[in-house]
Amino acid sequence: MAAQTLYDKLWQDHLVEERDDGSALIYVDRQLLHEVTSPQAFEGLKLAGRQPWRREANVATPDHNVPTDSEQRQHGVAGIIDATSRLQVQTLDENCREFSIPEFSINDARQGIVHVIGPEQGLTLPGMTVVCGDSHTATIGALACLAHGIGTSEVEHVLATQCLIQKKSRNMQVRVEGQLGPGVSAKDMILAIIAHLGTAGGTGYAIEFAGSAVQALSMEGRMTLCNMAIEAGARVGMVAVDDTTLEYVRTRPYAPQGAQWEAAVAYWRTLHSDEDAHFDAVVRLDAQSIAPQVSWGTSPEMVLPIHATLPDPAQTDAVRAAAWRRAYEYMGLRPGMKVSDIPVDRVFIGSCTNSRIEDLRAAAAVIRGRRVAASVKQALVVPGSGQVKRQAEAEGLDAIFTAAGFEWRLPGCSMCLAMNADRLGAGEHCASTSNRNFEGRQGQGGRTHLVSPAMAAAAALAGHFVDVREF
Amino acid sequence: MQKFITFRGLVAPLDRVNVDTDQIIPKQFLKSIFRTGYGVHLFDEWRYLDEGYPGQDVSRRSLNPDFVLNQPRYQGASILISRDNFGCGSSREHAPWALQEYGFKVIMAPSFADIFYNNCFKNGLLPIILPAEVIASLLVQAVQTPDYHLEVDLQAQCVRDDRGQSWSFEVDDFRRHCLLQGLDDIGLTLQRAEAIRSFESRHRQRAPWVFNAIDRL
Ligand code: SF4
Repeated sequence: MAAQTLYDKLWQDHLVEERDDGSALIYVDRQLLHEVTSPQAFEGLKLAGRQPWRREANVATPDHNVPTDSEQRQHGVAGIIDATSRLQVQTLDENCREFSIPEFSINDARQGIVHVIGPEQGLTLPGMTVVCGDSHTATIGALACLAHGIGTSEVEHVLATQCLIQKKSRNMQVRVEGQLGPGVSAKDMILAIIAHLGTAGGTGYAIEFAGSAVQALSMEGRMTLCNMAIEAGARVGMVAVDDTTLEYVRTRPYAPQGAQWEAAVAYWRTLHSDEDAHFDAVVRLDAQSIAPQVSWGTSPEMVLPIHATLPDPAQTDAVRAAAWRRAYEYMGLRPGMKVSDIPVDRVFIGSCTNSRIEDLRAAAAVIRGRRVAASVKQALVVPGSGQVKRQAEAEGLDAIFTAAGFEWRLPGCSMCLAMNADRLGAGEHCASTSNRNFEGRQGQGGRTHLVSPAMAAAAALAGHFVDVREF
Repeated sequence: MQKFITFRGLVAPLDRVNVDTDQIIPKQFLKSIFRTGYGVHLFDEWRYLDEGYPGQDVSRRSLNPDFVLNQPRYQGASILISRDNFGCGSSREHAPWALQEYGFKVIMAPSFADIFYNNCFKNGLLPIILPAEVIASLLVQAVQTPDYHLEVDLQAQCVRDDRGQSWSFEVDDFRRHCLLQGLDDIGLTLQRAEAIRSFESRHRQRAPWVFNAIDRL
């Protein structure tokens, strides 16, 4: 057989049939559901009188608009003050009950952001096809899954048929070789990749991240990397299986056991691109050259190293210059300003990009024994799941955060997209570990700067962006 | 799903790159559990001067006079022209729902984000990819020519203007067929239930762990 990429293998192993027009029916192993993009899918199912094809292929949890403060959370769904949010979470509960779909409901110990709990619980295993009505499903590709976001009609399609109609993407390999410097993380790596590729650079491709710097990352770092494949335009980001993957999966609650584990490992070991596999595009980056990154504009490609100055629109083409000018106006910044002179009003450490235990450890290591700057109005830490939260508390991280003046919250998406009460005021600058800096993303008029957990922590202490390596 | 009929429509220009789905329909409107009610909130943050929230009386809100779709000449537009990477960001299908409910039937751009592109077809909205130069000139026309209309012929895969100029576009056969016929994807896939079942049983042999019960939840 011809040499295959990891993506080719995953595709081939889930191909139900090719269709005449070049599209294919692809079998879906696991669907993750949350409250925002599923109600209309369940409604469609009911209207058509259909049942889920395989109900246990699905797992649900509310995450996007659950409150993260304990006053509201202690009363469960009933405690959600915002009536539309409450109805949406209730609707998820009701739909799961009606169709017997497993759900980690709002106060379940395993509740959390879908993309965090899938891998954490072992509900998404290497080699699976995983979908969710949410573009950051790409996160799960870190486990060598074929994982991507879908729309609500497709959620309904998967519920009803266990399949998706798909066109195969082209293969792209992003190779990062060498060693990341101290204080530089997977988040900086992916921001640098996006700055290099542009937000549409990966459109139409499935990206496999490879190279020695990627292999050196922990699973959590790989998840951060794959999480933002979508910000480079690709719906899929992946990393091949290696010992790091297997070690991570071994202890997960829903990992296979005994002989099944052995059989699974034998298969998982094949989940890497063949030596001479063909990629339609290859992009190379040198890990050593990556400094801590900060986004300055309203698109994830508007990213600079911490020591840079903001770019001059006169130095670029007309279309990009127009986008930069709008971004400057929205962000309240000027060309020529130093990144490190951008003030920070709020800090958000959380989201499916950076809310896992290692992210919290990295932030806590910077913060330990210091105080949030007086000019910072609010600094939030929102763990990605109940399990992350308990682990962090067991390690005493919550105490480090709260002693420094951070708020320690309950798991959910929170200020990543501000569907609950956690949001920016107009004009406020936020050092955020999330993944999107679009206009209004974290609250109308809010100004988001995407950074790593360590950089967010350092910005909280300084009141402006600083190089965490010199901090 | 409604059949996509070949039609002529008024063209509105949205001269921006990277129009993201957060902009098309801001997240507070995603709290709705219904499929409708999004059209009045299309481009909410650009379109209105005040902050929008679900369920409000939009007739009392103040419109942003600077936003292109608020200009009288573009009222009733059904074709939207924009720049590269339209529909990037979140996978929310509320974006095509909002565009369609507002009255758009066609979006033209040099490139679209994958998930958005796909979602359009599921909802009878046609995304058309045209070369960047063509889009640039159409944007100019839409500004300079009063009452600028285009005709979209999905059968022939081409766009025409009233002066007889035309541009062809690519769209894959299956998607075109579904749009033309108004076909329901799920019904079509369920016709292949036998093939799915037989795949499933082979897959279960090869990767039984995929099918482990999660009833312990
Ligand atoms: S944390 Fe943010 S990006 Fe991730 S699923 Fe939630 S809203 Fe989406």
